[in-house]
Amino acid sequence: MEQLLQAFPGPLPLEAMYGKYVFYLIAMVIGIAFGYTLEIGGFGKSTKLAAQFYLTDMTVFKVMFMGIIVAMVLVFGASAMGWLDYSRVFVNPTYLWPGLVGGLIMGVGFVVGGFCPGTSLVALATFKKDGIAFVAGLTVGIFTFGENIDALFSDFWNSSNLGRFTLAELFDVSEGIIVFVIVVVAILLFGLVEFVEDQVNQTKRHRFLHRKQNLIGAAVLVFLALLVMLKGQPSVEQKWEWMAEVEQTRIDQREIQIAPAEMLEFIENDLVRTVLIDVRDESDFNLFHLIDAQHVAPTDIAEKAKNKYLNMPANTLFVVMSNGEQDATQAWKLMRAQSIENVYILENGINGWLDTFNDLVLESEPLTGNMPVPMKNSLAAGDEVLHYTFSAALGSNYSVADPVIHDHEFVFTPKVKMKVKKATGGG
Amino acid sequence: MSETALKTAKPYANPYVAGTLLGIVLFLAFLLTGSGLGASGPINRFLVYIEDIIAPQHVNMTPYLIPMAGGETNPLDNAFVFLTIGILIGGFTSGYFNHRLSFTTGKGPRITERTRWGMAFLGGILMGYGARFARGCTSGQGLSGGAVLSVGSWVFLLAVFAGAYSVAYLLRKLWT
Repeated sequence: MEQLLQAFPGPLPLEAMYGKYVFYLIAMVIGIAFGYTLEIGGFGKSTKLAAQFYLTDMTVFKVMFMGIIVAMVLVFGASAMGWLDYSRVFVNPTYLWPGLVGGLIMGVGFVVGGFCPGTSLVALATFKKDGIAFVAGLTVGIFTFGENIDALFSDFWNSSNLGRFTLAELFDVSEGIIVFVIVVVAILLFGLVEFVEDQVNQTKRHRFLHRKQNLIGAAVLVFLALLVMLKGQPSVEQKWEWMAEVEQTRIDQREIQIAPAEMLEFIENDLVRTVLIDVRDESDFNLFHLIDAQHVAPTDIAEKAKNKYLNMPANTLFVVMSNGEQDATQAWKLMRAQSIENVYILENGINGWLDTFNDLVLESEPLTGNMPVPMKNSLAAGDEVLHYTFSAALGSNYSVADPVIHDHEFVFTPKVKMKVKKATGGG
Repeated sequence: MSETALKTAKPYANPYVAGTLLGIVLFLAFLLTGSGLGASGPINRFLVYIEDIIAPQHVNMTPYLIPMAGGETNPLDNAFVFLTIGILIGGFTSGYFNHRLSFTTGKGPRITERTRWGMAFLGGILMGYGARFARGCTSGQGLSGGAVLSVGSWVFLLAVFAGAYSVAYLLRKLWT
């Protein structure tokens, strides 16, 4: 069971497994639980929500932050155990300034209107008249935004995009430490807000620390957060180990090595964004590389995958290449361990590419001037050695780096299966 | 329904218990769907659906609306739409079993019901506009993003509380 969970960690591919409608049904069940929880927490009642801002009843703060820390401990606990792949969980991209401005507007709207969007739906569902008025206003506000954002604030709205940017990255510490600190601070704040409530209401009934169940709950949460911190989030090597059985089979069955001709098709396909990753030595890269290929040292690949490739749109195809296949396969494993989808290896590497296209390019494009061409070096041997010689380090300034082939039928087994579903936010 | 329902309404749950349940629901959302919770996005989709019936040309020419309803895309063909329907069902169910379904208006003692409705409508406009500006509401951006440590979500959460507290005193007549 444990191994199965680690080989196929969440988020579960329910949509792919059971189809769209089962997936929608599950979303609806989650929504029902969400709505029910909000209602029993008192979030359907505007006076209770607004009391947060007059310090008489801080239920909003307590429920929200309790929800955040409980979910946080569970998410990072599951991630530490390998049951949930944090890399594939949707993390709201950070658009710093639009987020800040939108938040301020919402704060004002909260006091004026007495609800936030989710809670107003619960108020509507329990027939509260102010909730109905609020939802009506909500639709007007949302409609207005949709109609004028392109004209008015488009540049600002799309500014300061930092992508998937987490607190762990901001402070350059592990996720576990952040989780632990937030849990401890939140519990201290629970004590503080209850103290404030007592002062404002001139009561003594809360006294957070004098209630046994509060203390037990707090101790359990801090203990779990401590475990999450001590266990740590899985390393790239650990993640590969968990997926190795499944993924190694794909390598061995040659499901991920794509023919040069198939790759060329994708480069020319406008619907798919192709990212070519060249992991060879810098000197080989400078001698010759494919057009638009980016050079990434094997030691940097894991980092780059996490910070850059993970953020790219779902219709991106990654192809890793080396002179042969050995180094590319190592890089492929690291990419997969960082949960990059749609990643493949160039079959037989740069050598295979040149074997396929070098002569054909010469046939279809007769030489102009005295442009140099790669020459086959029959003495070169070994998987990760260039089998061609180059008279100068021209990089991608060879015709074969961007081949235009006419009137030639390539025979290959198509292997690319694009997965274009990615978890997104729902607002 | 209103008067009797109010009298027998059951007390709300302990906030820490409700919060714990909320956290579990949120975790399950991440585990099962990869995304958190949300409420403002789907309302947008309902609107765009209607807009697309009335003025498809217009929708197809507005860059912001195209990904939702451009061409043949159905804006309601989205998991979050069903999540929102769920919120309504869940809220109603809890209201029913806890005797909290009532045609009433929550308001401060110093304003009339009419004023309260007007302010609720106005606040709704601000909330709707702000939520789309921030790319998510308190649930979709704050709660969900906060739990998975998004920097933007924490900035957003602080901004919501800062915005609210900065006008609370000025608007105290509404609630106290």
